[in-house]
Amino acid sequence: MLSYIIRRIVATVPVMVVVALFVFSLLYIAPGDPAAVIAGDQATPDDVARIRMSLGLDRPFLIRFGEWFWQILHGDLGTSIFTNLPVAALIAQRAEPTLSLMAVTLTLAVCVAVPIGVVAAWRADTLIDRVIMAFAVLGFSVPVFVVGYLLAYVFALELDWLPVQGYTPISEGLWPWFQNLILPAVALGCVYIALIARITRATMLEVLQQDYIRTARAKGVGQTGILFVHALKNAAVPIVTVIGIGVALLIGGAVVTETVFAIPGIGRLTVDAILRRDYPVIQGIVLMFSFLYVLVNLAIDLLYTVLDPRIRY
Amino acid sequence: MNRRAFLKSAAGAGALAAAGALATPAVSQRAATRVLRLVPHADVANFDPIWSSAYIARNAGLLVWDTLYGVDAKLEVQRQMVEAEEVSADGLVWTFRLREALRFHDGEPVRATDAVASINRWAARDPMGQMIKAIENELTALDDRTFRWSLKKPYPKMLLALGKIVTPCCFVMPARIAATDPFKQINEYVGSGPMRFIKSEWTPGAKAVFEKFDGYVPRPEPASWLAGGKEIVADRVEWITIADPATAAAALQNGEVDWLEQPLPDLVPALRKNRNVTVDVQDRLGNIGTLFFNHLFPPFNDVRARRAILMAMNQADYMRAYVGDDNMWKPLPGFFTPGTPLYTEEGGEILKGPRDIDAAKRLLAESGYAGEPIISMAAQDLAHHKAWGEVTADLLRRLGINVEHAGLDWGTVVARRAQKSPPSQGGWHIFHTTFYGVDFLDPTNKLLRANGDKAFFGWPNIPEVEAEVAAWYDAKTIDDEKRIAQRLNKAALDHAIFAPLGAYLRYYAWRKNVTGIAPGPLPFFWGVAKMV
Repeated sequence: MLSYIIRRIVATVPVMVVVALFVFSLLYIAPGDPAAVIAGDQATPDDVARIRMSLGLDRPFLIRFGEWFWQILHGDLGTSIFTNLPVAALIAQRAEPTLSLMAVTLTLAVCVAVPIGVVAAWRADTLIDRVIMAFAVLGFSVPVFVVGYLLAYVFALELDWLPVQGYTPISEGLWPWFQNLILPAVALGCVYIALIARITRATMLEVLQQDYIRTARAKGVGQTGILFVHALKNAAVPIVTVIGIGVALLIGGAVVTETVFAIPGIGRLTVDAILRRDYPVIQGIVLMFSFLYVLVNLAIDLLYTVLDPRIRY
Repeated sequence: MNRRAFLKSAAGAGALAAAGALATPAVSQRAATRVLRLVPHADVANFDPIWSSAYIARNAGLLVWDTLYGVDAKLEVQRQMVEAEEVSADGLVWTFRLREALRFHDGEPVRATDAVASINRWAARDPMGQMIKAIENELTALDDRTFRWSLKKPYPKMLLALGKIVTPCCFVMPARIAATDPFKQINEYVGSGPMRFIKSEWTPGAKAVFEKFDGYVPRPEPASWLAGGKEIVADRVEWITIADPATAAAALQNGEVDWLEQPLPDLVPALRKNRNVTVDVQDRLGNIGTLFFNHLFPPFNDVRARRAILMAMNQADYMRAYVGDDNMWKPLPGFFTPGTPLYTEEGGEILKGPRDIDAAKRLLAESGYAGEPIISMAAQDLAHHKAWGEVTADLLRRLGINVEHAGLDWGTVVARRAQKSPPSQGGWHIFHTTFYGVDFLDPTNKLLRANGDKAFFGWPNIPEVEAEVAAWYDAKTIDDEKRIAQRLNKAALDHAIFAPLGAYLRYYAWRKNVTGIAPGPLPFFWGVAKMV
């Protein structure tokens, strides 16, 4: 197992190199010029050209890539063109809100989606099943920002229960921290809940037809025990896979959610960096997310061995 | 989990919530009396108002750095850091004396050497500064409080150059910071302005924090725009970036922020309905929408094609597409801001009266336009640019032009507009943008220049316009300036250097418990207080 983990971690290196090359090339050929954005609307073409030169953006592709890659090898993600702050510091500054949002959303989604998926499978083709699946379809179909605005309107503006926007660090108290995350997590969690609930239902339906379930029933095991002890554990592998895949969904959704709720997270940092063509920041974020995604997949693969002892690496 | 266990955990969660709720307001209320929260029109992504001419850098910079002179609300230049100035009879030698006891945020006194270094850095980036540098003999500090600028020929607009509000402003920084290459960003944000920038709390894209500088020495006169005693009432000012205008409006309604610099016009009716919110016009000088032509390539390298567009365009279409309310805009048959001394409609007939599409089509045909695709760029992430881009696309189609509407993000527009390559090879024909009315008080902005490669994007090369701009700089009386402005306006419209789309007003919105907000082109914090 240990050698497998080491192999997998080592295998991320070429993946990261390819990602780095791909991202750098993509940004190189993409339209846009940070110097023009920096210069402002009153700048002349001469000003823009001088700023571009001072930023080193006029140098050839290979030299720029080589320098950047050398920095990466030394653990330096570079410096933001706009803020003049280290990219690593910018990402670190934004990591807590995004990780908090993802953690609360993930917890909420799993806690809601798995039970309702199980119930839908248990009561398949009944009114309960149809209502749950209708909600799942709705969760898929309504965009995150629409849910976000509706939630903010009802729970913040009309009822005044929760804040409209912003983020409070966890160091300032658990409730202030959680208060700011409730609406964004619900908005972001809708799609995720729908996805997990549907896959849970489908997998559970299949498992509930198995002989060992019939045997458990014959032995007098209660319905809760059958559903949550015998069936769910055996249906867990596809569900965990979807949860893992959904992390990418969460990352994408966080961009929109953080914009709607003005959360100073990595999603918002990404959008700002793209709009300004802040290349070092974009490159740093993509590299970090790629690494995170590789790690999540590794964790999911390892979890398989826990959930299904037949799986061995 | 059984029912009892669930109820226990729910009660625990409730207690936790209550504990948080009890603990939080004490902090919040104490903070609320001292902290003023503004949602600015853009993020403070960088903080060097010389390196970047973006409005947001200037607006934030005005809290941190002071200026030698400042324009007031009457558009007159007043002394600010300068106590007195003296100009020789021949107009060639200017001697400036700084006010006593001025200090930077690090406790160091403001010296004449700081002013000299700051002027040098600013002049490298500012058109007026470059003009003065071109006729400079010497700029030197005479003692700690006095510096002298000697010139080869008189420059009557000296005080305006040092006190103008158009970016970049001549901010005074410590000499060690001002020694930074003007094309590179500074790393230290030490000024002598009324507030200190708290770099440790800066979250680019989210928040910029300023704290009152106790060592600031305000002038005795009442504050007015960039001039007078900039007395800060709040202990702390937070600029909260909220990218989504609907969220920003909701945050104001909910009392989470105190002041919106630019609420979206579409959301103003909702804000007006809130009894805790005041909505009013931001600045009577308003804003000016613009459409720029690329003068380098057909068809707009021919004045007839440019004039055809002016002849056909209806400014009302542009203004209604974004502003909506007819009381909030007016037509602009010229290039100077309505209600200001140099405003004139000389030569503006082409933008007035019923629109003549057929005549415009004939003029366009005379220019030799043969159906090639015309690339019209408009930023889709800026509501006004997007709206105007769509109006232009419709106008061009009605003129029989084969329009290629390029809906891009602003970052791409600003990069692409700098391209001098042919439109078919990554260049462009038309782009849209907007400016503050205060930018068009006189020809000091770069937009009215028509000096080819050195001009604003579009690169008009029209000697008649340039001659009038040069004449304005030499004008000594306001009557002379007005006469020149009339000729300049006519020449610029005759040659259609760009198209004004109309003058419009924007709103400010703020909580009713905030007082002292003065109308102006940018948020001035002097005298602004927040009641408990």
